[in-house]
Amino acid sequence: MTVFVIRRLLQAALVMIIMSLLVFGGVFLVGDPVEMLVADDADQAERQAIIKSMGLDLPFYMQYLRFIGNALQGDMGNSFVFQEPAMELILERMPATFELAIAALLIAVVIGIPLGIYAGLKADSWMSKTIMTASILGFSVPTFWVGIMMILFFAVILGWLPSTGRGDTVELFGIPVSFLTLDGLQHLILPAVNLALFKLSMVIRLARAGTREVVHQDYIKFARAKGLSTGRIIGVHLFKNIMIPVVTVLGLEFGGLIAFSVVTETVFAWPGMGKLLIDSIGFLDRPVIVAYLLFVVGLFVFINLVVDVLYSVLDPRVRLQEVKS
Amino acid sequence: MSDQATLEVRNLQTHFFTKAGVVKAVNDVSFSVGKGKILGLVGESGSGKTVTGFSILGLVDEPGRVVGGEILYRGENLVGASQERMRQLRGNNVAMIFQDPMMTLNPVLRIDTQMIEAIKAHHKVTDDEARQRARDALGQVGIPSPDERLKSYPHQFSGGMRQRVAIAIALLNKPDLIVADEPTTALDVTIQGQILYEVQKLCAETGTAMIWITHDLSVVAGLADEVAVMYAGRVVEAGKVDDVLDAPMHPYTAGLIGSVPSRNARGKRLHQIPGMTPSLLNLPEGCAFAARCNYATAACEQPPALENAAGARQIRCHHPLVAEAV
Amino acid sequence: MTAVHDDTNVGGAGAAKPIAEGETPFRRFLNDYAESKVAVGGAVGVAIVLLIALFGPWISPTDPYDLASVTFMDNRLHPGGTMGSGVTAMLGTDGLGRDMVSAMIYGLRISLGVGIGSGIIALLIGVSFGLCAAYFGGKVDTVIMRVVDIQLSFPAILIALVLLATLGKGIDKIIVALVLVQWAYYARTVRGSALVERRREYIEAATCLGLSKPRVIFGHMLPNCLPPLIVVATMQVAHAILLEATLSFLGLGLPVTEPSLGLLIANGFEYMMSGEYWISVYPGLALLFTIVTINVVGDRLRDVLNPRLQK
Repeated sequence: MTVFVIRRLLQAALVMIIMSLLVFGGVFLVGDPVEMLVADDADQAERQAIIKSMGLDLPFYMQYLRFIGNALQGDMGNSFVFQEPAMELILERMPATFELAIAALLIAVVIGIPLGIYAGLKADSWMSKTIMTASILGFSVPTFWVGIMMILFFAVILGWLPSTGRGDTVELFGIPVSFLTLDGLQHLILPAVNLALFKLSMVIRLARAGTREVVHQDYIKFARAKGLSTGRIIGVHLFKNIMIPVVTVLGLEFGGLIAFSVVTETVFAWPGMGKLLIDSIGFLDRPVIVAYLLFVVGLFVFINLVVDVLYSVLDPRVRLQEVKS
Repeated sequence: MSDQATLEVRNLQTHFFTKAGVVKAVNDVSFSVGKGKILGLVGESGSGKTVTGFSILGLVDEPGRVVGGEILYRGENLVGASQERMRQLRGNNVAMIFQDPMMTLNPVLRIDTQMIEAIKAHHKVTDDEARQRARDALGQVGIPSPDERLKSYPHQFSGGMRQRVAIAIALLNKPDLIVADEPTTALDVTIQGQILYEVQKLCAETGTAMIWITHDLSVVAGLADEVAVMYAGRVVEAGKVDDVLDAPMHPYTAGLIGSVPSRNARGKRLHQIPGMTPSLLNLPEGCAFAARCNYATAACEQPPALENAAGARQIRCHHPLVAEAV
Repeated sequence: MTAVHDDTNVGGAGAAKPIAEGETPFRRFLNDYAESKVAVGGAVGVAIVLLIALFGPWISPTDPYDLASVTFMDNRLHPGGTMGSGVTAMLGTDGLGRDMVSAMIYGLRISLGVGIGSGIIALLIGVSFGLCAAYFGGKVDTVIMRVVDIQLSFPAILIALVLLATLGKGIDKIIVALVLVQWAYYARTVRGSALVERRREYIEAATCLGLSKPRVIFGHMLPNCLPPLIVVATMQVAHAILLEATLSFLGLGLPVTEPSLGLLIANGFEYMMSGEYWISVYPGLALLFTIVTINVVGDRLRDVLNPRLQK
């Protein structure tokens, strides 16, 4: 188990180094940060001073090491636009994005798993076919367009729900959240459903595929032969087995939700990290772009690591293999 | 048959309604098994013996259906019984052991979970009591240090141990009847021997009736009291084990016995039954075995009935063999 | 596109052969495919979309990029309104006074072009790497597949965001981003099936005949890896179109001078609040129709071409 975790940690570190090189290379070498920082009427001496202070006269690897050194201390530079540390900006927006992503994940799981199990158990029923057709649709619809359509119907035409922003927030353990106020909850519904749609389709498909595979296993028939109730067979024997792939994929997809919330946040003007990224790209606010990309990539690597470990906890067979190896 | 048999199956028919046609997997099967007795249900793969077992427990899945006959458990007809009634009986009065021990235990649930739930599905007991009974059952089937083993997952057991666990689960609620579907086929011969011995002992001690489904005549010879031989969904011959095996009357039974390698036949070619089992999709009108039978005549184009013969035997053949035929 | 074309080619080949010959594999494939009515509908839908895109300039009511004919006077006409030039704008006009039908036809051309173009490039790159990994094995395989694994552990949109945030806008840049996002899927798919094929006797036979390595790889191994590749290609083209639309909507993809369907939707978004729904709704429906039909075809192809599922 320890060997397994260490191996994964090393792999994660390697990925981080590669991604940081990519982002650093892309942002700092392709563009010219001096142009961004120096006033148009600055003279040559001022330019030199800034180049010196930013270390832009150093060779590439020195610049990179310096950048990494600062990044490890959480210093990603100051935002050109807000004149605040980029990392702080990101962390400030993070709760909003996480709240949205978690809400979406919950919607996907709570609705998706029962639908998927149903579609798997009664594959030929009219209901199941409808569910599966809807899930193909869920894979195909452009998230941003569905978001726009949701605004059109629920905000513009019906006027039921607000279409932009987070609404009222209250502090929970010092973190502002929307879901605890009525106004905030109303604001959360549309974006969360929008973000959930794609994952919902995926959960339905995974749960259905898992159900169809598991339901024909001998151990399900044996469970029936023990005289267990249908509820217990589905709720424990089937559910536990299909949850292994679902949890794995969902864990990995949580990072995807964070990344994809860029789109939903833009449509619904949700003040999270994603919207910050798009705004920063618009303003060419490089430190924030770099901070966001590295932060999300890091988050991703972390999630992958956690899911790997979690997976081995969930499935006793994997655990054993890892112990042996 | 003065006492009521634990289980009596009369003219059971279980068909599968597939796209390709109706598969008559079980097509007129009758037998009975009494308290403490072991009935060997013998046949090749595809002869309908497993489906017969599932029919008894009401576990036939779509597109299969029991379409005729009666399954009398202590006089109660299980054909057409409600889902809930079947659930009450399953695991409590009638238990089943499956063929492949690697597949019958749920891989993600601990053994104790799988045992305790089987008790609590039928009896209002506390977790502690249930655990105690689970522990006893494991001990009963010869699993060492049952306390520790209860906390294990199935993959931590060997195949033989898993089958013992499955048998222990079947025994948990002290059923009157156990349907065992080739439970030792997937195991090593030595393990097989141990399990057979223990099962035989248990049946004798507890008065549990047992249906032992197998294709292996040597297992039946050592274990069962009575035997029913199935071919293409029908019972073709039934009777006391010694009678049937010593003097088979149906040519198919004789062929089966002839194809068992025995010490006497060393060096000789093994006997084999020519041809293949017929497709259950379109069975012939008459005797299903006729096409492979040396004794077949024009009469065999008419379906033979299961008739009583001397010595509590039943035979479905127009040309039953006489005793010295083997 | 590959899949769709294969689909029609298959139809041509199957139909050209005399039926008396009995079942050719192509014909059987067609029959299997046609068992699902939805899938036939999907194939027809894909054909319609492709035809509209191919013949766009001839069937489009106006040329939305002809600055001489587009006037701001026509801006935001309701569907069915008449433009200054006398042409009826069936689906209204956008904020610049362009006929929506025409803008959508041209937008579809760009969307499909980017999606299919990047798909083909990614296919070529991915297949080459995948085949190399499978054929050479060892270190080559390890390195290529490690890169693929790492890349596939990130969501496509994140990779595209990293690339476009650093590269900037432009049709060339979005194609680069889409190719980089997609190649790994092709590489993994091809490697998977090529590994199976490599152990087959015919590869050994071809090697023993002294055929050159490229000939063995591309002439013998590749054709046998095609079925899963066709399925992945179909799905990936839909995915690429969707991703391009999303990125364009975010303002990261195509420049305003080359409006794809995604950009048309984005342009309409600002008018949404004032109830001028058509500018966003109709391009969105067109995009949805395109992706759904391709996915339906891909889904069916997967069922039909997957030997594991064949009964």
